[in-house]
Amino acid sequence: MVNRFICRFIFELLFCNPPQTPSEAEVPCSNTRCRSFVMDSLLFRLKESVGEALLPGDVFSPDSEETPSRAEKLICGPGLRRTGDHVHVFKSGILRNKLPNMFWIDSQQRRYVPAKGESVIGIVTSKAGDVFKVDVGGSEQASLSYLAFEGATKRNRPNVQVGDLVFGQFAVANRDMEPELVCIDGCGRANGMGVFGNDGLLFRCSLGLARRLLTPNSELVKDLQQVFPFETVVGLNGRIWIKARTVTQTLILMNLLEACENMTAQQRHSLLQKVKDCSH
Amino acid sequence: MRDTPLSNCERLFLLQAIQEKKRLDGRQTYDYRNIKILFGTDYGCCIVELGKTRVLCQVSCELVPPKDSRPTEGILYFNLELSPMASPAFESNRQSELLVMLNRQLERCLRNSKCIDTESLCVISGEKVWQIRVDVHVLNHDGNLMDAASIAAISALSHFRRPDVAIQGREVTVFSPEERDPIPLSIYHMPICVSFAFFLQGSYLLVDPCEREERVKDGLLVIAMNKHREICSIQSSGGIMLLKDQVKPVEMLLLVEGEHENHSSERIKPFPVLLCFSSFVLMQRKEGGKFGFAESLPIERITALKRDEAPVEMADVKDTAEEIINRTESSTEVYPPGLKTRERSAASPVLVATGTAQVGEGIVNSWGLEEDEDDEVIIEDKGGGTYNHNCICK
Repeated sequence: MVNRFICRFIFELLFCNPPQTPSEAEVPCSNTRCRSFVMDSLLFRLKESVGEALLPGDVFSPDSEETPSRAEKLICGPGLRRTGDHVHVFKSGILRNKLPNMFWIDSQQRRYVPAKGESVIGIVTSKAGDVFKVDVGGSEQASLSYLAFEGATKRNRPNVQVGDLVFGQFAVANRDMEPELVCIDGCGRANGMGVFGNDGLLFRCSLGLARRLLTPNSELVKDLQQVFPFETVVGLNGRIWIKARTVTQTLILMNLLEACENMTAQQRHSLLQKVKDCSH
Repeated sequence: MRDTPLSNCERLFLLQAIQEKKRLDGRQTYDYRNIKILFGTDYGCCIVELGKTRVLCQVSCELVPPKDSRPTEGILYFNLELSPMASPAFESNRQSELLVMLNRQLERCLRNSKCIDTESLCVISGEKVWQIRVDVHVLNHDGNLMDAASIAAISALSHFRRPDVAIQGREVTVFSPEERDPIPLSIYHMPICVSFAFFLQGSYLLVDPCEREERVKDGLLVIAMNKHREICSIQSSGGIMLLKDQVKPVEMLLLVEGEHENHSSERIKPFPVLLCFSSFVLMQRKEGGKFGFAESLPIERITALKRDEAPVEMADVKDTAEEIINRTESSTEVYPPGLKTRERSAASPVLVATGTAQVGEGIVNSWGLEEDEDDEVIIEDKGGGTYNHNCICK
């Protein structure tokens, strides 16, 4: 019992992303895994626990005497799973909520599992006929067809070499099949995807940090923009590519990003202030 | 599992940064990362952290018949293992080139330099000698395994104590640590390896390369030296041709001492202090203080790979903690030190006894005294737990 409380407390301390603005909290998660129809009381209980740290094994169950008279749709995101009438938590993290009824667990991890629709940075490892093998950080390498680029035809092949960086999204990603990447969207346009990065620096970070950088109006990005101007590509597999004007600036930005993971907004501001003062 | 491939842009960036004399973590070209040496409860157990690279070394001894060609000398046996937890590129039971190179270099550095007096390990000439076995396990690979392994090995050897023996005619009595204090090994000098990585056909040089820098290097030069300015071994790999002019500055770097900013040489100086340090550590242990492994595995934190870095918001930790503890119903039991592992009822992730830290929990230590004729001696930990060097307690 004590261990559980202490674990929960420690988890909250370490992984609770520091006071977040509502916009940062509402990370759009593109993979909603299950939907269910639930009773009022269950929804109420979930809403109550939003923002709390939960551990695997926690269960939300409806009141037994209530009949499903008025069923509301509940969307369970990553970390939550529905079994019968109960909702089980199977990842440790903070419960988040996007109104009206989307719930998910915001967990901190570094290992990436491919999911459909997510955009990631991959490294091309080999060319095999018509298909490139790309390492995305998952258990298997993803395949990327050479036709999945904007304006690519059988005669007009894209200029992709082994060791290049590609930014694409998953067309197929489930645990039974090899994941497939594409660098075009549904309409056939590149939309920012494709081969990139002749220079600049690629480094790894936790998945939580990558998601925080991708939220719309992210405070983290706004703060960093004031330090140096830079270009960046953020992959949901925990890979970030950065390019600033000089090598020094790029290295500083990389170290700042890695440090910002566990800082509160205030600490971040003071750190960035120090950097700005030193650089001028 | 395969290791993440190195992309072209990373390679270009690293080489460009090296040309501008910049390193990824902000070090200078001749800077070493922070070295931390921690000792465990057992004699001869040592963990070395070189930045994020972590290496564990355990020294143990056994009475065996000597080699036929050298009947009056003890035997030294070195074994280095790349644990799969160190890097996705390492697979267990796979004989890779890196493994062979590290093993050879470790042997050359420690055995051929004759840093340990093997004659003193002889008990009965031609019949019984001590075999000292040094096992090095790599726990995390962030570059420069050779240096970390050599530091761990020599620290563990200095820390190690072998049981005392008494010889009466043909009878050998091996005393347990309770009967007589164990004796340290006689070490003449402490050779330590320093690695230099060369880039761009030898034009640029970096000391203590981290893992990414190692991937783009052209060649590697490992020099083993001791504080008496003696070079114990030199090894150059990677096929790059080094001119004498390039090797000379490297040697000079190692030899210069004092207030020079050169960290690689300054590092060699503190090592003879290690001997004093290990006896200091033993004294502290008797007082029951918290140090050594117990320090490196603090119970307040979730054990993940640590970085010394960004501060975490801890404003009202104490109040929240007290609140939580008051809310709980059951109480924790404190196990008194000296309780054997088997007698504990449940395996607890929280280390509740003060002053004891163990590498693993398991059966009674059975190293060392299998061939003894007269006495059956069981070696016990002074700290009160039992020990199995192959497991690591999380």
